[in-house]
Amino acid sequence: MKYKCDQCDRPATYHAVEIIKGQKIEKHLCDQHAAEDGLGIKSAHAPINELLTNFVKATGETDKPSSALDLTCPDCGLTFSEFRDKSLLGCQSCYTAFEAPLTGLLERAHEGGNHHIGKVPRRGGGAGEQRQLQITRIRKRLNDAVEAEDYELAAQLRDDLSDLEADGGAPA
Amino acid sequence: MNLRGITDGAGEWLRGSGPHSDVVISSRVRLARNLAGFHFVNRANRRQRYEVLEACRSQVLSKRLSENTIWVDLADSPAIDRQLLVERHLISRDLAKRSADTPRAVAIASDETFSVMINEEDHLRMQVLRSGMQLGDALSHIDRIDDILEEKLDFAFSRRFGYLSACPTNVGTGIRVSVMMHLPALKLTGEIERVKRAARDMHLAVRGLFGEGSESLGDLFQVSNQSTLGRTEKEILEDFERTIIPQMIAYEHQARQALIRQREKQLDDKIWRAWALLTNSRVMGTDEALSLLSHLRLGVHLDRIDATNIRTVNELFLLCQPAHLQRVMGQEMTPAARRIARADLLRQRLISHN
Repeated sequence: MKYKCDQCDRPATYHAVEIIKGQKIEKHLCDQHAAEDGLGIKSAHAPINELLTNFVKATGETDKPSSALDLTCPDCGLTFSEFRDKSLLGCQSCYTAFEAPLTGLLERAHEGGNHHIGKVPRRGGGAGEQRQLQITRIRKRLNDAVEAEDYELAAQLRDDLSDLEADGGAPA
Repeated sequence: MNLRGITDGAGEWLRGSGPHSDVVISSRVRLARNLAGFHFVNRANRRQRYEVLEACRSQVLSKRLSENTIWVDLADSPAIDRQLLVERHLISRDLAKRSADTPRAVAIASDETFSVMINEEDHLRMQVLRSGMQLGDALSHIDRIDDILEEKLDFAFSRRFGYLSACPTNVGTGIRVSVMMHLPALKLTGEIERVKRAARDMHLAVRGLFGEGSESLGDLFQVSNQSTLGRTEKEILEDFERTIIPQMIAYEHQARQALIRQREKQLDDKIWRAWALLTNSRVMGTDEALSLLSHLRLGVHLDRIDATNIRTVNELFLLCQPAHLQRVMGQEMTPAARRIARADLLRQRLISHN
């Protein structure tokens, strides 16, 4: 709503500041002129697109025939390559179908996070899952405590952990 | 549909009350949820989207959520109404713009403290909005809403990835904590860029009043978390409550005091010029109005000007925006006519509250 397109009267949706030879050049373009200018269409998901492209490049999977790009979700039919273009998944099964290539991506997008430790719906959860989650949470706090050299807290968390694991009969 | 009731006054987010309201405009917490067994919105056909809408409708209108909830069917509402909801931060620009026949709706508590968008990027996007710095309250409120909805709706959830969202950037908690801040002094002193860089280094997003592309409109900045997986809702929120926001408030306060100490005349000049223009102009665009109102707001909070009060200034932030202005005038207007009406409205409101 701030700028008009540099080349026509439509509102600009693409904004960029480029520094060329020490000169600051501002660009404000509408979707169409941005596309013509080769700037591409502005997407709310630009970061993840970038992540995906870099990720695929980094793992060299574009060159292999049996790459992650060929994975297809059995439920909604989305391919990983379509996901890469749109950065939106098609259904909940996509998370299982694309689990392997998604894991690295999620870690990059979520500061290393790859496992949910937040709220669990009561309907979907269940006591077993709740306990699992508690364990994961304590493990994470324990990790933080050790890193912060808070050994008193760490000792207490270790006790909590062994209590919990003893209760559930889980492997140590 | 009746939006008349919610156009009076500034609504929750610009009420200008709540803790630290001189810097923090509003606190918002939103959750992304999808119904188990349905394709996500982007891959669902029209019928499936309609089914989702119907499945959610009676639940989000439950009396347990709010005594009085307004249901707005966005597929058959005029563009100006949708724009009005965007300006009030009750729906996203994305939801407002989607093609006319896409089944989509929003449920809004009549006090505007919460809204639930249906068929945005995810089946449900629910948000709680509070004036000033009230993140803790906002989180417990949204948590309660989520609990109530979850009794009747099955949300897509996996043990490993948590709440499953269409975009993997929201997966896990599905939470977005965002705080809208008014940072005119950091802008005037040029320190805002440093603050923004620091925030980005902490994996936070800093956006403008209406997200991407509206940077620094009225010196308003939204700070929000980017990662949603691998930390609890509370941990994400506590970062904001204990560290990030208090620090940004302190920086803004320091910048305000520095301006008074070192550039007193220049500061007063900015404030009084804003007053002069706002009370004398005959033609004014939205951006200029917001930027002048920002300086006036700073002046009122620093007691440099007593010609108006904070309530009026906050209201004008909203009323000078296109859809609100047309509501107030009771007619659709061309941009050129709006610029004249805007100048008239600003003069009247500011001088009559003199």
